[in-house]
Amino acid sequence: MSSVLVVLEQQGGKWHRMSWEALAAGAELAGKLGLSVDAAVVGKGVGTLAGEAAQKSIGKVYAVDHDLLASYTADGYTAALEQLIQQTKPAFVLFPHTYQVRDFAPKLATRFDRVLVSDVISIEAAGSGVTFVRQLFQGKLNANFAASTGAFASIQAGAFRAESLAAGTAEVVNFAPSVDASVIRIQAEAPFRESSRAVDLTAAEIIVSVGRGIKEQDNIPVVEELAAALGAELAASRPICDAGWLPMERQVGSSGQTVSPKVYIAVGISGAIQHLVGMKGSKAIVAINKDENAPIFEVADYGIVGDLFEVVPALVAEVKKAKA
Amino acid sequence: MKIIVAIKQVPTRDSQLNVADGGKWIEEDDLTFEINEPDAYALEEALQLKERDGEGEVIALCLGPSRATQTIREALAKGADRAIHIEEEQLEGLDTLGIAKLLAAAVKAENPDLILTGLQSDDFGYGQTGVVMAELLGIPHATIIMQVEKQGNAIKVKRELEDGWFQNMTIPLPALLTIQSGINKLRYATLMGIKKAKTKEIKTVTASDLGVPQGASATLDKVYMPQRTKQAVIFQGGDDPAKAAAQLVEKLKFEVRVI
Ligand SMILES: Cc1cc2nc3c(=O)[nH]c(=O)nc-3n(C[C@H](O)[C@H](O)[C@H](O)COP(=O)(O)OP(=O)(O)OC[C@H]3O[C@@H](n4cnc5c(N)ncnc54)[C@H](O)[C@@H]3O)c2cc1C
Ligand SMILES: Nc1ncnc2c1ncn2[C@@H]1O[C@H](COP(=O)(O)O)[C@@H](O)[C@H]1O
Repeated sequence: MSSVLVVLEQQGGKWHRMSWEALAAGAELAGKLGLSVDAAVVGKGVGTLAGEAAQKSIGKVYAVDHDLLASYTADGYTAALEQLIQQTKPAFVLFPHTYQVRDFAPKLATRFDRVLVSDVISIEAAGSGVTFVRQLFQGKLNANFAASTGAFASIQAGAFRAESLAAGTAEVVNFAPSVDASVIRIQAEAPFRESSRAVDLTAAEIIVSVGRGIKEQDNIPVVEELAAALGAELAASRPICDAGWLPMERQVGSSGQTVSPKVYIAVGISGAIQHLVGMKGSKAIVAINKDENAPIFEVADYGIVGDLFEVVPALVAEVKKAKA
Repeated sequence: MKIIVAIKQVPTRDSQLNVADGGKWIEEDDLTFEINEPDAYALEEALQLKERDGEGEVIALCLGPSRATQTIREALAKGADRAIHIEEEQLEGLDTLGIAKLLAAAVKAENPDLILTGLQSDDFGYGQTGVVMAELLGIPHATIIMQVEKQGNAIKVKRELEDGWFQNMTIPLPALLTIQSGINKLRYATLMGIKKAKTKEIKTVTASDLGVPQGASATLDKVYMPQRTKQAVIFQGGDDPAKAAAQLVEKLKFEVRVI
């Protein structure tokens, strides 16, 4: 009988934490369909990792092993997983929605003339029909996608709880794909980081973070004043750093820093998932936004709906009053 | 180099969205539209690559309804040499594979050296149309690209990884890249450019011209406003910002204890 296959992610022998959230999603889907859930880990010498994954209450763990899979390439991973899927014929294939998965999973799905239902936040199953729920318009809208057996889906960060996976002993199955060096067309160099960060936002107790609601660079002092009044560090969403209004090292999110201050004050930030993953862990979150439906309010503890150009100066005055 | 840039027209960012009757899509009548943000960066990168080379051609490719002509004209005004418009009124009825098959069919006829797409559309947000196109065309790809440099018959790119990491890679041409916002500085169209755009070619084709059979393997059943689960304490700052500010400061002082 076929099962739900979850492709876990590792790099240099280290797990990507979202792997376990995807596995939890797979276990939930398998439970609803009365199927078992299997996992796959891809790389070179992944036996130890497969052994670790086998300590969960799942069916099998495939150790997809090949010298040419030592470092990630879309071509290599696609070739290897195509063979695994052809052989094991899973009912559904799930991935964590990481940057790496974005790079190869759509290619893999295309090999099977299927789409990848990407960035899924929940899964409903009725009979044999499965509905994947994903967001549209950067979280402003939800959509249900109906998919039949054989579908591929990737799971959004934080949507499923890794802790929901029970411990167990799964069977490790070695899978040796045939991968020819000629299929790998890209020459990848070792990952690197840009010059060290001068600003360490992770140590800040209070962060005032500014988004595109600020409209133009000349308005940045509006939030700088709030940060000064609170004794806070200034941070920003990506578009602000892209535009060069604040330095890159102040960017919070999936491609910037991950912070968890006592309070994170998001000013004119909509709350796209790539921003949320960098600040969701804050002890308290305050959102100031003129749009009451902005997704940021979903993670906020406190909020002011209003025009930041009126609200922030008023806030500065009140903070100063409270501190006096 | 002959470069094709896939540009999509999407509702402007601050649009107030309302679900249309039937719950299958949003009401579009009152919306305004613009180029998908990363696609604007992809177009700019193509123009800069051509300028650095001193020769070549930049072709804008757009699948969308007739209103998308506006966005195509803007791309031409910024410097694209010509455009291909695959006219299709309702994209939400297609899945990514359907969309990519149409785009790939139009690309194939042109035989470009390089294809650029945005990394993600602001409306659907599938984040994969480019990757699927590359697979359909049988060419290599790289995603989330922050730098592009031509080196003979190959390109060297800087790819963004998570948490502030990057990776350089070299890819033989022809290839497809998905471009990340912020890779370059966007230009504005000049008056001269706008004037010239009027004389540039926009080739309009349909799905049946391209001979691509349509069918979706994941179908969009329903769109709806998300159910908000977390109850934030919200103060209304519309009429009396000072009062809302005072209420928030009280929370910051006595509950969050940061003041
Ligand atoms: C692979 C990838 C990686 C990414 N990495 C990151 C990342 O690390 N960090 C990151 O932040 N983003 C990242 N992004 C981008 C992310 O998807 C969003 O596009 C971005 O976070 C949006 O920034 P924003 O909220 O400032 O702008 P917008 O989404 O444009 O939101 C602006 C907000 O301001 C509000 N507003 C406007 N005017 C006012 C006013 N006068 N008063 C009050 N409110 C107002 C609006 O209602 C809106 O909610 C990434 C995207 C991708 C695809
Ligand atoms: N209808 C379209 N017309 C032209 N390009 C598109 C279209 N849909 C998607 N693309 C391209 O594919 C990229 C990724 O889109 P998506 O996969 O929907 O997130 C976009 O940034 C565009 O460059």
